[in-house]
Amino acid sequence: MIVDGVNFKKYVMELSKKEKRVDGRGLLEYRKPIKIEYGVSKNAEGSATVTIGKTKVVCGVKLEIGEPYPDRPDEGTMIVTAEFAALASPEFEPGAPGEKSIELARIVDRGIRESGAIDVKKLCVKPGEKVWLAFIDIYVQNHDGNLIDASALAALAALMDAKFPKLKEDGTVDYKEHTNEKLPIVHKPIACTITKIGDKLFVDANVDEENVSDGRITITIDETGTINALQKGGMGGMTEEEINKCIEIAMEKTNELRKFIV
Amino acid sequence: MSELLVNEKEIVVPGEEIARGMDFLPSLGTFREGESIYAKKLGIVEVKKHVIKVIPLRGYYMPKRGDTVIGVVTNIGFSGWTVDIGAPYDVNLPVGEAVRERVELLRSDLSKYFDIGDVVVANIFNVTKSKLIQLSMRDYGLRKLKGGRVIKISPSKVPRLIGKGGSMVSMIKEYTNCEINVGQNGYIWINGPIEGQYLVEKAVDLIEEKAHTSGLTDTIKQMLEKGVKNE
Repeated sequence: MIVDGVNFKKYVMELSKKEKRVDGRGLLEYRKPIKIEYGVSKNAEGSATVTIGKTKVVCGVKLEIGEPYPDRPDEGTMIVTAEFAALASPEFEPGAPGEKSIELARIVDRGIRESGAIDVKKLCVKPGEKVWLAFIDIYVQNHDGNLIDASALAALAALMDAKFPKLKEDGTVDYKEHTNEKLPIVHKPIACTITKIGDKLFVDANVDEENVSDGRITITIDETGTINALQKGGMGGMTEEEINKCIEIAMEKTNELRKFIV
Repeated sequence: MSELLVNEKEIVVPGEEIARGMDFLPSLGTFREGESIYAKKLGIVEVKKHVIKVIPLRGYYMPKRGDTVIGVVTNIGFSGWTVDIGAPYDVNLPVGEAVRERVELLRSDLSKYFDIGDVVVANIFNVTKSKLIQLSMRDYGLRKLKGGRVIKISPSKVPRLIGKGGSMVSMIKEYTNCEINVGQNGYIWINGPIEGQYLVEKAVDLIEEKAHTSGLTDTIKQMLEKGVKNE
Protein backbone atom coordinates (compact mmCIF):
# COMPACT_ATOMS: atom_id res chain seq x y z
CA MET A 1 0.00 0.00 0.00
CA ILE A 2 1.34 3.38 -0.92
CA VAL A 3 1.08 6.35 1.38
CA ASP A 4 1.87 9.40 -0.72
CA GLY A 5 0.72 9.02 -4.30
CA VAL A 6 2.50 12.07 -5.73
CA ASN A 7 5.99 11.01 -4.73
CA PHE A 8 5.32 7.38 -5.59
CA LYS A 9 4.29 8.39 -9.09
CA LYS A 10 7.53 10.34 -9.55
CA TYR A 11 9.43 7.25 -8.45
CA VAL A 12 7.53 4.98 -10.84
CA MET A 13 8.23 7.40 -13.69
CA GLU A 14 11.93 7.63 -12.85
CA LEU A 15 12.20 3.83 -12.77
CA SER A 16 10.30 3.47 -16.04
CA LYS A 17 12.91 5.61 -17.82
CA LYS A 18 15.28 2.71 -17.12
CA GLU A 19 12.65 0.19 -18.28
CA LYS A 20 12.13 -1.00 -14.72
CA ARG A 21 9.12 -1.51 -12.48
CA VAL A 22 8.59 -1.22 -8.72
CA ASP A 23 8.50 -5.00 -8.35
CA GLY A 24 11.52 -5.65 -10.57
CA ARG A 25 9.68 -6.59 -13.77
CA GLY A 26 10.11 -5.15 -17.22
CA LEU A 27 7.45 -2.75 -18.49
CA LEU A 28 5.82 -5.33 -20.75
CA GLU A 29 6.02 -8.32 -18.48
CA TYR A 30 3.18 -10.12 -16.72
CA ARG A 31 3.58 -11.09 -13.08
CA LYS A 32 4.45 -14.63 -12.22
CA PRO A 33 3.05 -17.12 -11.59
CA ILE A 34 0.03 -17.17 -13.88
CA LYS A 35 -2.05 -20.16 -12.87
CA ILE A 36 -5.37 -21.50 -14.04
CA GLU A 37 -7.19 -24.12 -12.03
CA TYR A 38 -10.25 -25.77 -13.51
CA GLY A 39 -13.32 -27.18 -11.81
CA VAL A 40 -12.93 -25.46 -8.45
CA SER A 41 -16.64 -25.42 -7.65
CA LYS A 42 -18.66 -28.60 -7.71
CA ASN A 43 -22.04 -26.84 -7.81
CA ALA A 44 -21.27 -24.79 -10.90
CA GLU A 45 -21.43 -26.34 -14.36
CA GLY A 46 -17.99 -24.92 -15.06
CA SER A 47 -15.54 -23.01 -12.92
CA ALA A 48 -11.98 -21.78 -12.82
CA THR A 49 -9.60 -19.86 -10.59
CA VAL A 50 -7.04 -17.57 -12.15
CA THR A 51 -4.03 -16.28 -10.26
CA ILE A 52 -1.80 -13.55 -11.65
CA GLY A 53 0.82 -12.71 -9.07
CA LYS A 54 -1.21 -11.99 -5.94
CA THR A 55 -4.42 -11.24 -7.82
CA LYS A 56 -6.91 -14.05 -7.55
CA VAL A 57 -10.25 -14.35 -9.33
CA VAL A 58 -12.79 -17.17 -9.28
CA CYS A 59 -15.35 -17.56 -12.02
CA GLY A 60 -18.32 -19.90 -12.15
CA VAL A 61 -20.69 -20.71 -15.00
CA LYS A 62 -24.23 -21.75 -14.20
CA LEU A 63 -26.60 -23.07 -16.87
CA GLU A 64 -30.34 -22.71 -16.57
CA ILE A 65 -33.33 -23.26 -18.81
CA GLY A 66 -35.36 -20.18 -19.65
CA GLU A 67 -37.19 -18.23 -22.28
CA PRO A 68 -35.30 -16.53 -25.12
CA TYR A 69 -35.62 -12.85 -26.02
CA PRO A 70 -38.60 -12.34 -28.37
CA ASP A 71 -36.42 -10.88 -31.16
CA ARG A 72 -33.96 -13.78 -30.99
CA PRO A 73 -36.12 -16.84 -30.52
CA ASP A 74 -33.44 -19.37 -31.45
CA GLU A 75 -30.52 -18.03 -29.41
CA GLY A 76 -29.42 -18.73 -25.87
CA THR A 77 -28.29 -15.86 -23.68
CA MET A 78 -25.42 -15.05 -21.38
CA ILE A 79 -25.09 -12.66 -18.47
CA VAL A 80 -21.86 -11.65 -16.75
CA THR A 81 -21.82 -10.30 -13.23
CA ALA A 82 -18.85 -9.41 -11.06
CA GLU A 83 -18.63 -9.19 -7.31
CA PHE A 84 -15.78 -7.80 -5.24
CA ALA A 85 -15.51 -9.72 -1.99
CA ALA A 86 -14.87 -7.30 0.86
CA LEU A 87 -11.91 -9.34 2.04
CA ALA A 88 -10.16 -8.94 -1.31
CA SER A 89 -8.97 -5.42 -0.64
CA PRO A 90 -9.29 -2.69 2.02
CA GLU A 91 -10.91 -0.53 -0.67
CA PHE A 92 -13.87 -2.84 -1.19
CA GLU A 93 -17.03 -2.53 0.87
CA PRO A 94 -19.85 -5.04 1.10
CA GLY A 95 -23.18 -4.05 -0.37
CA ALA A 96 -24.57 -3.11 -3.73
CA PRO A 97 -22.18 -3.40 -6.69
CA GLY A 98 -20.19 -0.27 -7.35
CA GLU A 99 -18.99 1.42 -10.49
CA LYS A 100 -15.81 -0.64 -10.71
CA SER A 101 -17.47 -4.04 -10.47
CA ILE A 102 -20.12 -3.09 -13.03
CA GLU A 103 -17.44 -1.86 -15.42
CA LEU A 104 -15.46 -5.08 -14.93
CA ALA A 105 -18.49 -7.22 -15.72
CA ARG A 106 -19.29 -5.13 -18.79
CA ILE A 107 -15.78 -5.44 -20.21
CA VAL A 108 -15.72 -9.20 -19.74
CA ASP A 109 -19.26 -9.49 -21.12
CA ARG A 110 -18.42 -7.45 -24.22
CA GLY A 111 -15.34 -9.52 -24.97
CA ILE A 112 -17.27 -12.78 -24.86
CA ARG A 113 -20.39 -11.45 -26.57
CA GLU A 114 -18.78 -9.57 -29.45
CA SER A 115 -16.28 -12.27 -30.28
CA GLY A 116 -19.09 -14.77 -30.52
CA ALA A 117 -17.17 -17.04 -28.18
CA ILE A 118 -20.26 -19.06 -27.34
CA ASP A 119 -22.19 -20.50 -30.27
CA VAL A 120 -25.54 -19.22 -28.98
CA LYS A 121 -27.57 -21.02 -31.65
CA LYS A 122 -26.50 -24.32 -30.13
CA LEU A 123 -27.92 -23.23 -26.78
CA CYS A 124 -31.40 -23.38 -28.22
CA VAL A 125 -33.55 -26.29 -27.02
CA LYS A 126 -36.93 -25.36 -28.55
CA PRO A 127 -37.08 -22.15 -30.61
CA GLY A 128 -39.13 -19.41 -29.01
CA GLU A 129 -39.75 -21.39 -25.86
CA LYS A 130 -36.72 -22.94 -24.26
CA VAL A 131 -33.08 -22.01 -24.42
CA TRP A 132 -30.06 -22.36 -22.13
CA LEU A 133 -29.10 -19.26 -20.17
CA ALA A 134 -25.47 -19.00 -19.19
CA PHE A 135 -24.74 -17.07 -16.00
CA ILE A 136 -21.09 -16.14 -15.72
CA ASP A 137 -20.29 -14.99 -12.19
CA ILE A 138 -16.96 -13.48 -11.32
CA TYR A 139 -15.76 -13.29 -7.73
CA VAL A 140 -12.65 -11.33 -6.91
CA GLN A 141 -10.84 -13.07 -4.09
CA ASN A 142 -7.74 -10.94 -3.83
CA HIS A 143 -7.11 -7.60 -5.47
CA ASP A 144 -3.55 -6.78 -6.39
CA GLY A 145 -4.28 -5.00 -9.64
CA ASN A 146 -5.23 -5.95 -13.18
CA LEU A 147 -8.55 -7.52 -12.29
CA ILE A 148 -9.79 -7.12 -15.87
CA ASP A 149 -7.26 -9.45 -17.47
CA ALA A 150 -7.58 -11.99 -14.68
CA SER A 151 -11.40 -11.94 -14.83
CA ALA A 152 -11.55 -12.25 -18.60
CA LEU A 153 -9.17 -15.19 -18.45
CA ALA A 154 -11.17 -16.78 -15.62
CA ALA A 155 -14.44 -16.34 -17.49
CA LEU A 156 -13.04 -17.99 -20.61
CA ALA A 157 -11.50 -20.84 -18.61
CA ALA A 158 -14.77 -21.44 -16.75
CA LEU A 159 -16.74 -21.46 -20.01
CA MET A 160 -14.35 -24.01 -21.47
CA ASP A 161 -14.69 -26.13 -18.36
CA ALA A 162 -18.52 -26.04 -18.44
CA LYS A 163 -20.57 -29.14 -19.22
CA PHE A 164 -24.30 -29.28 -19.76
CA PRO A 165 -26.38 -30.75 -16.93
CA LYS A 166 -28.95 -33.38 -17.77
CA LEU A 167 -32.20 -32.12 -19.23
CA LYS A 168 -35.17 -34.15 -18.01
CA GLU A 169 -38.07 -35.04 -20.29
CA ASP A 170 -40.48 -32.67 -18.55
CA GLY A 171 -38.15 -29.76 -19.39
CA THR A 172 -36.56 -29.26 -15.99
CA VAL A 173 -32.88 -29.62 -15.28
CA ASP A 174 -31.30 -32.33 -13.19
CA TYR A 175 -28.23 -30.67 -11.75
CA LYS A 176 -27.03 -33.84 -10.07
CA GLU A 177 -26.16 -35.46 -13.35
CA HIS A 178 -23.85 -33.98 -15.92
CA THR A 179 -23.62 -35.00 -19.53
CA ASN A 180 -20.27 -35.12 -21.31
CA GLU A 181 -21.39 -32.47 -23.71
CA LYS A 182 -19.31 -29.31 -23.38
CA LEU A 183 -20.51 -25.78 -23.89
CA PRO A 184 -20.01 -24.83 -27.57
CA ILE A 185 -17.02 -22.46 -27.40
CA VAL A 186 -15.86 -21.37 -30.84
CA HIS A 187 -13.61 -18.41 -30.07
CA LYS A 188 -11.17 -17.62 -27.31
CA PRO A 189 -11.21 -13.89 -26.53
CA ILE A 190 -8.49 -12.73 -24.13
CA ALA A 191 -8.20 -9.28 -22.61
CA CYS A 192 -4.98 -7.34 -22.20
CA THR A 193 -4.96 -4.13 -20.19
CA ILE A 194 -2.31 -1.53 -20.85
CA THR A 195 -1.78 1.19 -18.28
CA LYS A 196 -0.27 4.56 -19.02
CA ILE A 197 1.86 6.29 -16.40
CA GLY A 198 3.67 9.44 -17.52
CA ASP A 199 4.41 8.69 -21.15
CA LYS A 200 5.24 5.03 -20.68
CA LEU A 201 3.00 2.03 -21.27
CA PHE A 202 2.80 -0.75 -18.70
CA VAL A 203 1.33 -4.21 -18.96
CA ASP A 204 -0.34 -5.91 -15.97
CA ALA A 205 -0.17 -3.01 -13.50
CA ASN A 206 -0.25 -3.90 -9.83
CA VAL A 207 -2.57 -2.10 -7.44
CA ASP A 208 -0.09 0.65 -6.54
CA GLU A 209 0.60 1.42 -10.17
CA GLU A 210 -3.12 1.45 -10.93
CA ASN A 211 -3.67 4.01 -8.20
CA VAL A 212 -1.25 6.48 -9.78
CA SER A 213 -2.04 5.69 -13.42
CA ASP A 214 -2.99 8.31 -16.01
CA GLY A 215 -5.25 5.96 -17.91
CA ARG A 216 -5.73 2.46 -19.14
CA ILE A 217 -7.01 0.71 -22.21
CA THR A 218 -8.32 -2.84 -22.35
CA ILE A 219 -8.11 -4.64 -25.67
CA THR A 220 -9.81 -8.00 -26.15
CA ILE A 221 -8.47 -10.12 -28.98
CA ASP A 222 -9.47 -13.61 -30.06
CA GLU A 223 -7.28 -16.34 -31.53
CA THR A 224 -7.76 -15.12 -35.12
CA GLY A 225 -6.28 -11.74 -34.21
CA THR A 226 -9.61 -9.90 -34.39
CA ILE A 227 -10.11 -7.06 -31.95
CA ASN A 228 -13.42 -7.77 -30.23
CA ALA A 229 -13.65 -5.07 -27.60
CA LEU A 230 -11.97 -1.92 -26.44
CA GLN A 231 -12.43 -0.08 -23.19
CA LYS A 232 -10.66 3.07 -22.15
CA GLY A 233 -10.62 4.00 -18.47
CA GLY A 234 -9.02 6.57 -16.21
CA MET A 235 -8.65 10.32 -16.55
CA GLY A 236 -5.68 10.72 -18.90
CA GLY A 237 -5.87 10.64 -22.67
CA MET A 238 -3.95 8.67 -25.26
CA THR A 239 -2.64 9.67 -28.66
CA GLU A 240 -3.33 7.73 -31.83
CA GLU A 241 0.24 6.41 -31.90
CA GLU A 242 -0.07 5.22 -28.33
CA ILE A 243 -3.27 3.36 -29.09
CA ASN A 244 -1.65 1.72 -32.11
CA LYS A 245 1.27 0.72 -29.93
CA CYS A 246 -1.14 -0.64 -27.31
CA ILE A 247 -2.79 -2.82 -29.95
CA GLU A 248 0.58 -4.21 -30.99
CA ILE A 249 1.44 -4.99 -27.39
CA ALA A 250 -1.96 -6.57 -26.79
CA MET A 251 -1.61 -8.81 -29.88
CA GLU A 252 1.64 -10.19 -28.51
CA LYS A 253 0.53 -10.47 -24.88
CA THR A 254 -2.82 -12.15 -25.56
CA ASN A 255 -1.00 -14.82 -27.54
CA GLU A 256 1.26 -15.31 -24.54
CA LEU A 257 -1.74 -15.64 -22.21
CA ARG A 258 -3.55 -17.98 -24.58
CA LYS A 259 -0.87 -20.61 -23.97
CA PHE A 260 -2.15 -20.99 -20.42
CA ILE A 261 -5.61 -21.96 -21.67
CA VAL A 262 -5.55 -25.63 -22.51
CA MET B 1 1.27 -20.20 42.98
CA SER B 2 1.72 -18.27 39.76
CA GLU B 3 2.74 -20.00 36.60
CA LEU B 4 3.41 -19.13 32.99
CA LEU B 5 1.39 -21.32 30.62
CA VAL B 6 3.16 -20.52 27.34
CA ASN B 7 6.80 -20.11 26.43
CA GLU B 8 8.32 -16.79 25.66
CA LYS B 9 8.22 -15.83 21.95
CA GLU B 10 5.40 -18.28 21.35
CA ILE B 11 2.51 -17.19 19.14
CA VAL B 12 -0.80 -16.77 20.95
CA VAL B 13 -4.32 -16.15 19.68
CA PRO B 14 -6.86 -13.75 21.22
CA GLY B 15 -8.39 -15.24 24.37
CA GLU B 16 -5.57 -17.68 24.97
CA GLU B 17 -4.56 -17.99 28.61
CA ILE B 18 -0.96 -16.87 29.03
CA ALA B 19 -0.44 -16.98 32.79
CA ARG B 20 -2.28 -17.86 35.97
CA GLY B 21 -1.83 -16.12 39.30
CA MET B 22 -1.51 -12.60 40.65
CA ASP B 23 2.30 -12.39 40.50
CA PHE B 24 2.22 -11.47 36.82
CA LEU B 25 1.12 -8.11 35.47
CA PRO B 26 -0.76 -7.64 32.19
CA SER B 27 0.73 -5.08 29.83
CA LEU B 28 0.10 -4.15 26.16
CA GLY B 29 -1.97 -6.65 24.21
CA THR B 30 -3.13 -8.59 27.27
CA PHE B 31 -5.85 -8.36 29.90
CA ARG B 32 -6.62 -9.90 33.25
CA GLU B 33 -9.82 -11.70 34.08
CA GLY B 34 -10.10 -13.31 37.46
CA GLU B 35 -6.69 -14.68 38.32
CA SER B 36 -5.53 -15.29 34.76
CA ILE B 37 -3.95 -13.19 32.05
CA TYR B 38 -5.23 -13.62 28.50
CA ALA B 39 -4.01 -12.44 25.11
CA LYS B 40 -5.94 -9.63 23.45
CA LYS B 41 -4.22 -9.93 20.07
CA LEU B 42 -2.65 -12.42 17.72
CA GLY B 43 1.04 -12.04 18.42
CA ILE B 44 4.22 -13.09 20.14
CA VAL B 45 4.50 -13.28 23.94
CA GLU B 46 7.17 -11.25 25.62
CA VAL B 47 7.89 -11.61 29.35
CA LYS B 48 10.03 -9.10 31.19
CA LYS B 49 10.42 -10.15 34.84
CA HIS B 50 6.74 -10.32 35.80
CA VAL B 51 5.26 -8.07 33.11
CA ILE B 52 3.60 -9.85 30.20
CA LYS B 53 3.22 -8.28 26.77
CA VAL B 54 1.83 -9.54 23.48
CA ILE B 55 3.47 -7.96 20.44
CA PRO B 56 0.95 -8.11 17.58
CA LEU B 57 2.13 -9.70 14.34
CA ARG B 58 0.62 -6.86 12.36
CA GLY B 59 -1.94 -4.15 12.76
CA TYR B 60 -2.66 -0.48 12.90
CA TYR B 61 -0.46 1.98 14.64
CA MET B 62 -1.77 2.95 18.07
CA PRO B 63 -0.58 6.48 18.84
CA LYS B 64 1.36 6.90 22.08
CA ARG B 65 2.42 10.15 23.65
CA GLY B 66 6.07 10.96 22.94
CA ASP B 67 6.44 8.85 19.79
CA THR B 68 8.28 10.40 16.87
CA VAL B 69 6.29 9.70 13.74
CA ILE B 70 6.36 10.43 10.04
CA GLY B 71 3.18 11.76 8.51
CA VAL B 72 1.76 12.92 5.22
CA VAL B 73 -0.36 16.10 5.22
CA THR B 74 -3.83 15.25 3.93
CA ASN B 75 -5.82 18.41 4.61
CA ILE B 76 -5.38 22.07 5.49
CA GLY B 77 -7.76 23.50 8.05
CA PHE B 78 -8.31 26.94 9.49
CA SER B 79 -5.72 26.68 12.20
CA GLY B 80 -3.73 23.61 11.38
CA TRP B 81 -3.26 20.52 9.28
CA THR B 82 -4.65 17.01 9.23
CA VAL B 83 -1.89 14.45 8.99
CA ASP B 84 -1.99 10.80 7.99
CA ILE B 85 0.24 8.80 10.32
CA GLY B 86 -1.41 5.44 9.72
CA ALA B 87 -3.52 5.63 12.89
CA PRO B 88 -7.24 4.91 12.87
CA TYR B 89 -8.03 8.33 14.41
CA ASP B 90 -7.94 11.97 13.35
CA VAL B 91 -4.52 13.48 13.77
CA ASN B 92 -4.12 17.21 14.05
CA LEU B 93 -1.07 19.43 13.74
CA PRO B 94 -1.90 22.92 15.02
CA VAL B 95 -0.17 25.98 13.56
CA GLY B 96 1.24 27.01 16.92
CA GLU B 97 3.03 23.69 17.29
CA ALA B 98 4.42 23.69 13.77
CA VAL B 99 5.50 27.18 12.83
CA ARG B 100 7.83 29.32 14.89
CA GLU B 101 6.85 32.73 13.55
CA ARG B 102 3.58 34.43 14.44
CA VAL B 103 0.85 33.58 11.94
CA GLU B 104 -2.16 35.75 11.25
CA LEU B 105 -4.71 33.02 10.67
CA LEU B 106 -7.20 35.24 8.88
CA ARG B 107 -4.72 36.62 6.41
CA SER B 108 -2.19 33.95 5.66
CA ASP B 109 -2.36 30.88 3.48
CA LEU B 110 -1.24 27.88 5.50
CA SER B 111 -0.19 25.97 2.39
CA LYS B 112 2.96 28.08 2.21
CA TYR B 113 4.18 26.25 5.31
CA PHE B 114 2.92 22.73 4.58
CA ASP B 115 0.95 21.75 1.53
CA ILE B 116 -1.11 18.61 0.95
CA GLY B 117 1.23 15.71 0.28
CA ASP B 118 4.14 17.16 2.23
CA VAL B 119 5.96 14.80 4.55
CA VAL B 120 6.72 15.85 8.13
CA VAL B 121 8.54 14.38 11.11
CA ALA B 122 6.61 15.20 14.27
CA ASN B 123 6.16 14.21 17.85
CA ILE B 124 2.93 12.99 19.37
CA PHE B 125 2.27 15.61 21.96
CA ASN B 126 -1.12 14.63 23.25
CA VAL B 127 -3.57 11.74 23.01
CA THR B 128 -6.90 12.54 24.62
CA LYS B 129 -9.32 10.01 26.05
CA SER B 130 -11.58 10.46 23.04
CA LYS B 131 -8.58 9.66 20.85
CA LEU B 132 -7.99 13.09 19.44
CA ILE B 133 -4.33 13.18 18.59
CA GLN B 134 -2.19 16.27 18.50
CA LEU B 135 1.24 16.51 16.93
CA SER B 136 4.01 18.91 17.73
CA MET B 137 7.09 19.97 15.83
CA ARG B 138 8.67 22.03 18.59
CA ASP B 139 11.74 19.92 19.09
CA TYR B 140 15.13 19.27 17.64
CA GLY B 141 15.07 17.39 14.35
CA LEU B 142 11.34 17.74 13.77
CA ARG B 143 10.88 19.23 10.33
CA LYS B 144 9.44 18.99 6.88
CA LEU B 145 11.13 16.37 4.68
CA LYS B 146 11.80 17.57 1.17
CA GLY B 147 11.74 15.22 -1.83
CA GLY B 148 11.85 11.47 -1.45
CA ARG B 149 8.84 9.31 -0.74
CA VAL B 150 7.19 7.32 2.01
CA ILE B 151 6.95 3.54 2.27
CA LYS B 152 5.33 1.46 4.96
CA ILE B 153 6.18 -1.34 7.37
CA SER B 154 4.04 -2.90 10.07
CA PRO B 155 4.57 -0.75 13.22
CA SER B 156 5.33 -3.81 15.34
CA LYS B 157 8.33 -4.52 13.11
CA VAL B 158 9.91 -1.09 13.43
CA PRO B 159 12.35 -2.24 16.17
CA ARG B 160 13.66 -4.96 13.85
CA LEU B 161 14.11 -2.46 11.02
CA ILE B 162 16.12 -0.13 13.24
CA GLY B 163 18.14 -2.93 14.80
CA LYS B 164 20.27 -2.82 17.93
CA GLY B 165 21.48 0.76 18.32
CA GLY B 166 20.37 1.53 14.76
CA SER B 167 22.62 -1.16 13.26
CA MET B 168 20.16 -2.44 10.68
CA VAL B 169 19.15 0.96 9.37
CA SER B 170 22.74 2.20 9.12
CA MET B 171 23.70 -0.95 7.24
CA ILE B 172 20.94 -0.36 4.69
CA LYS B 173 21.97 3.29 4.39
CA GLU B 174 25.56 2.26 3.75
CA TYR B 175 24.74 -0.14 0.94
CA THR B 176 22.14 1.95 -0.82
CA ASN B 177 23.43 5.55 -0.41
CA CYS B 178 19.94 6.59 0.60
CA GLU B 179 18.69 8.84 3.35
CA ILE B 180 16.30 6.88 5.54
CA ASN B 181 14.05 8.22 8.27
CA VAL B 182 11.97 5.73 10.25
CA GLY B 183 8.93 6.82 12.24
CA GLN B 184 7.56 4.84 15.18
CA ASN B 185 4.32 4.54 13.24
CA GLY B 186 5.91 2.38 10.55
CA TYR B 187 6.13 5.08 7.91
CA ILE B 188 9.58 5.26 6.38
CA TRP B 189 10.77 8.23 4.39
CA ILE B 190 13.51 7.49 1.85
CA ASN B 191 15.41 9.68 -0.53
CA GLY B 192 18.36 9.03 -2.78
CA PRO B 193 19.32 7.43 -6.09
CA ILE B 194 16.57 5.44 -7.79
CA GLU B 195 18.46 2.14 -7.65
CA GLY B 196 19.04 2.72 -3.93
CA GLN B 197 15.37 3.43 -3.27
CA TYR B 198 14.48 0.23 -5.06
CA LEU B 199 16.88 -1.76 -2.87
CA VAL B 200 15.64 -0.12 0.34
CA GLU B 201 12.08 -1.05 -0.51
CA LYS B 202 13.09 -4.63 -1.18
CA ALA B 203 15.03 -4.79 2.09
CA VAL B 204 12.06 -3.39 4.05
CA ASP B 205 9.74 -5.96 2.47
CA LEU B 206 12.15 -8.72 3.42
CA ILE B 207 12.32 -7.49 7.02
CA GLU B 208 8.55 -7.34 7.16
CA GLU B 209 8.36 -10.92 5.95
CA LYS B 210 11.14 -12.38 8.06
CA ALA B 211 11.02 -10.18 11.17
CA HIS B 212 10.46 -13.10 13.54
CA THR B 213 13.34 -15.25 12.26
CA SER B 214 16.83 -15.29 13.72
CA GLY B 215 19.86 -14.20 11.72
CA LEU B 216 17.88 -11.42 10.10
CA THR B 217 20.86 -9.08 9.76
CA ASP B 218 22.81 -11.65 7.74
CA THR B 219 19.86 -12.32 5.43
CA ILE B 220 19.45 -8.62 4.74
CA LYS B 221 23.18 -8.15 4.26
CA GLN B 222 23.32 -10.95 1.69
CA MET B 223 20.34 -9.50 -0.14
CA LEU B 224 21.86 -6.02 -0.24
CA GLU B 225 25.24 -7.27 -1.44
CA LYS B 226 23.55 -9.19 -4.22
CA GLY B 227 21.43 -6.18 -5.12
CA VAL B 228 24.39 -3.81 -5.26
CA LYS B 229 26.28 -6.21 -7.53
CA ASN B 230 23.40 -6.38 -9.98
CA GLU B 231 23.21 -2.64 -10.42
